[in-house]
Amino acid sequence: MSVHSPTVPADTRARLSPRAHDDSGLGNEFLEVSMGPQHPSTHGVFRMDVVLDGERIVKLKPVFGYLHRNHEKIAEATTYLGSMPYTDRLDYFCSITNNWAYALAVEKLAGLNVPERAEYIRIITAELTRLLNHTCLLGFLAQDMGALGTPLMYAFREREKILDLFEALTGARMMCNYMRFGGCRVDLPPGWIEQAARVVDGYPRFLEEFERLLTGNEILMARTQGVGILPAALAVNASITGPMLRASGVDYDLRKTDPYGIYGRFPFRVPLGAQGDVYDRLMIRLLEMGESIKILKQAIQELPGGPIVDPKAKLRAFKPKAGEAYGRIEAPKGELGFYLISDGSANPYRYRVRPPSLINLTILEDMCLGHTIADVVVILGSVDIVLGEVDR
Amino acid sequence: MESLEEIKARVEASVTGAAVEIVPNDAPCQQRSLRVGREKAREVAEFLRDDPRLRLDYASNATGVDWPDTVTKQKVKVKKQINGVEQEVEETLEERKPGCLEAVYHLYSMALKQGPVILRVRTADRMQGVHLPSLTPVWRGAEFQEREIYDLYGIVFDGHPDLRRLLMWEGYRHHPMRKDFVEPDDYEYEPTPHDEVLEKAKAHYPADGGTQGGTA
Repeated sequence: MSVHSPTVPADTRARLSPRAHDDSGLGNEFLEVSMGPQHPSTHGVFRMDVVLDGERIVKLKPVFGYLHRNHEKIAEATTYLGSMPYTDRLDYFCSITNNWAYALAVEKLAGLNVPERAEYIRIITAELTRLLNHTCLLGFLAQDMGALGTPLMYAFREREKILDLFEALTGARMMCNYMRFGGCRVDLPPGWIEQAARVVDGYPRFLEEFERLLTGNEILMARTQGVGILPAALAVNASITGPMLRASGVDYDLRKTDPYGIYGRFPFRVPLGAQGDVYDRLMIRLLEMGESIKILKQAIQELPGGPIVDPKAKLRAFKPKAGEAYGRIEAPKGELGFYLISDGSANPYRYRVRPPSLINLTILEDMCLGHTIADVVVILGSVDIVLGEVDR
Repeated sequence: MESLEEIKARVEASVTGAAVEIVPNDAPCQQRSLRVGREKAREVAEFLRDDPRLRLDYASNATGVDWPDTVTKQKVKVKKQINGVEQEVEETLEERKPGCLEAVYHLYSMALKQGPVILRVRTADRMQGVHLPSLTPVWRGAEFQEREIYDLYGIVFDGHPDLRRLLMWEGYRHHPMRKDFVEPDDYEYEPTPHDEVLEKAKAHYPADGGTQGGTA
């Protein structure tokens, strides 16, 4: 922590408390605090350079790169399939949706079709991923607000059930490496779908309990309502996606507006917020989980038999023709896109990840200005970032 | 959404000197793109955003691509006078095409739920002429992504509000995503504290390396 008086632009001065406008000649002392990179509230190695006037935020600059390993360069030096396990490490909570986004981009590039059964399995695993991501986020958010332990442990208890399902299916709890170009890697083991149905059926009870525990809580309301408001126009212009965007009232869910896979067959609603504050972001996630459960129930019921990989898809010597493709999906954290350029060789010429976590941080400063440092923790928690994806 | 040809015609009609061309794409998804001249890129971007039929209010993805200088060798048979006799001689002609850096923007419309329109802008070359107009004033979503392109590819975006490196540290001189980037081989050249300990420990080893046996 260093104490000095950084220069503050004139327009920011106007926002300050009356003390900043005093002409007494005593001078204004600002405090520059480096939050992170090891601060527990930053959810990983992320740093914010915060300038404070008393307890109010005057300026906030995020600092990235602590987890940077140049994922894109590594991917350009390896085969298309070789990058699939690396995508697990982007947003390590949601490896299945990362796999899907990458597989989707490659399928667009190479013109592969996905068999019916694989499409259903993809939707089931992706919606389970959405459940576990949103559940954990709510737990972490409560933790950030000072509800130490209990809500997070409840969330982790439910997450564990889903991770057990992933382990039974893919052999790994978090680094699933499950999708393949034109399908999935392995078929469902015996009894899996029944166990998944049990987990899904038990979820609404947990959600209801969690909702009662949290959303009516007076402290939680005081900490989140009216905090970190994000106006819809700014959200759109700053490319904010996912629950963040919808909490600001913009109806944009790729599962509806640009359906990929077979999402067009599933009737579900897109919850929208009205205020765009932290409370709305929290509620949107709770409501989205309810919709995910609807999708899951339908998918589990309708799951057809058949092959799980496109027979045209090649595992070895996979060389798509020269060209480019941009594929994007509605990942739990926002729009996850992969942009690929092929030059006809076995490695992608250009491999780009469009990371929702990084881009959703664009407006972090705008949301935090004028709030206190304790609010910054809550606001950052409501953005929902994973540093593996931010820094890549 | 209207076809790319129509968009091109309307861009050219409203922005003079836009220098728009359609870039084909042979992949099955056939996402073709519009390449515009860098001088008018900002005006074209504003047109695409504000046009009531397009309303591309959302810049989903902004990224860089490196196209290094290419040398194509061609074998040509040339007739030459050698010692007074006309002979056919094979010669290799080298054709050097200067490379460039390219910024690619994937644009969608959240208002009209349509897209994508892919916008590409190229720099003059890869060494000095790496300046492009920043599109962050048009779409703020490009702010961090343009910083990343600047960091990893070295494209300088004129008019960017805060153009600093994003992932690599300040003072770093290279642009790692360029195709001709060579990894430095001087990682960990500094002795770690552990090395010092090992060095000191040597004073306690027997001079012959311990081959004479015996524990003292």
